[in-house]
Amino acid sequence: MIRKLIEEPHSIWTEGEGQYSEIVLSSRVRLARNLAQFPFPLMQTEASANAVLERLDKVFANSKELKLYRMSEIPELERQALVEKHLISPEHVQKPENKGIIVNREGSISIMVNEEDHLRIQCFASGLELETLLAQADKIDDEIEKEVNYAYDEQYGYLTCCPTNLGTGMRVSVMMHLPGLVLTNQAGVIFSQLSKLGIAVRGLFGEGTDAHGNLFQISNQITLGQDEKEIIENISSVAKKLVSQEQAARNYLLNNAGPQVEDKARRAYGILTNAKLISSQEALGLISDLRLGKALGVINELDLKTINELYLLCQPGYLQVLAKGHLDPQARDIKRAEIIKEKLAKF
Amino acid sequence: MFCEECEKRPANVHITKIVNGHKVEKHLCEQCAKKQQDVVGFTLFPDFSFANFFSSMLDMDHISSRNNINQVKCDKCSMTYSQFAKLGRFGCDRCYDLFGNGLEQILKRIHGNVQHTGKIPKRAGKAIRFKNELERYKMELQKAVLNEEYEKAAELRDKIKELEKRKNNEWGGQNL
Repeated sequence: MIRKLIEEPHSIWTEGEGQYSEIVLSSRVRLARNLAQFPFPLMQTEASANAVLERLDKVFANSKELKLYRMSEIPELERQALVEKHLISPEHVQKPENKGIIVNREGSISIMVNEEDHLRIQCFASGLELETLLAQADKIDDEIEKEVNYAYDEQYGYLTCCPTNLGTGMRVSVMMHLPGLVLTNQAGVIFSQLSKLGIAVRGLFGEGTDAHGNLFQISNQITLGQDEKEIIENISSVAKKLVSQEQAARNYLLNNAGPQVEDKARRAYGILTNAKLISSQEALGLISDLRLGKALGVINELDLKTINELYLLCQPGYLQVLAKGHLDPQARDIKRAEIIKEKLAKF
Repeated sequence: MFCEECEKRPANVHITKIVNGHKVEKHLCEQCAKKQQDVVGFTLFPDFSFANFFSSMLDMDHISSRNNINQVKCDKCSMTYSQFAKLGRFGCDRCYDLFGNGLEQILKRIHGNVQHTGKIPKRAGKAIRFKNELERYKMELQKAVLNEEYEKAAELRDKIKELEKRKNNEWGGQNL
């Protein structure tokens, strides 16, 4: 099952469906939990890590939907592809002998075992969709708690390794494509305002506002003193504000620089369908141009899903999974150009 | 306006942070702002690291005056105080009791809050309610003995015995 999940050329965040899908790629709710009985992964020995994995294997032994895999069973390149599909964090590929992943077939639920905390329960959906994700994560959390004792404190809530996650242990994030805000030079100002409201913004690829591909992730910083609903409402309203601001910026661009936007998108299409070598940085920028062109209706040939998938296809780990082996950087650039061309040839 | 920190250079970095309705303002010069970023907790610069921030707060605020603190070691996960201060993270649930001194001040700065208001787990939450009840009876028993209310004390002792028995049955006698 996990092999299929790794190899299929799409992920929840590339589906291009759900609320505000032209701007919001996906939503995620993540709960951090620890088993009271064991030391946190930071102080884990191989034996106690194993004990946690075995305990959880038992918890999910009868589940039809969810299955535990040890990270050590998964080859290195495929672990990297799991990171690129956002099913696990980049940290989760370190020390694979201690770690596990519990996933469902669709990749809409992924529980990291022995990451920074024993459990990081993650639920994903396309578009902006936080309430249902919370309900889903909550249910999984209750199911697990029937079988294990969580580390919990009346005052501090769910005890986590890092005090930044204390309380609800909940981190909610929304992944957005914001080329309008970047092109109209508003991104920097807005992002610094958001950090004052307890909202973290980071580029998905690369740092700060020159994130390649103009993909950003916003998430809550506060986990203690607000309940789950408040956190969800807060992030949801900020995400909606960003959507309307991005929409306004896109309309402004269309009205004031329509031909330029269309030209940018068509040139991007031209390069992506003709290049022999393409770096991931260049590809990400061009895919963003193409995506903006599609959302504004100046390009009709493609669908959002295909364009979103291009973001995934040009990632180094996934590329090498497709090539079934390690590639040096130049070979990767060639392979990337080939795959993109092939993907766009349908149109 | 002069920098609040060095009081020499002009303040050209103005920081306002609102967390849960509490507003904090700082007026600093560039040099002090760079130095201060850990202490104030604003993510001004990309090299901000939570571990540094955390340990700098610990050094600044508490405990450092206690001797031999660095050798204090958790018996559950073997984390030492010096490891804890360096990493800014806890090794297990028991570390919260052991190293949690002064945590409230840090939480106030991270979250603007010190009290969890969200979900209460069904099992762990049940134990907490149970533990509170047991502790309350024990306190009342002490009071009754002090006041020489022996009849009441006997009643309370029986209640406690019963609760202890239930505790053994339900949670296998583990420490709640």
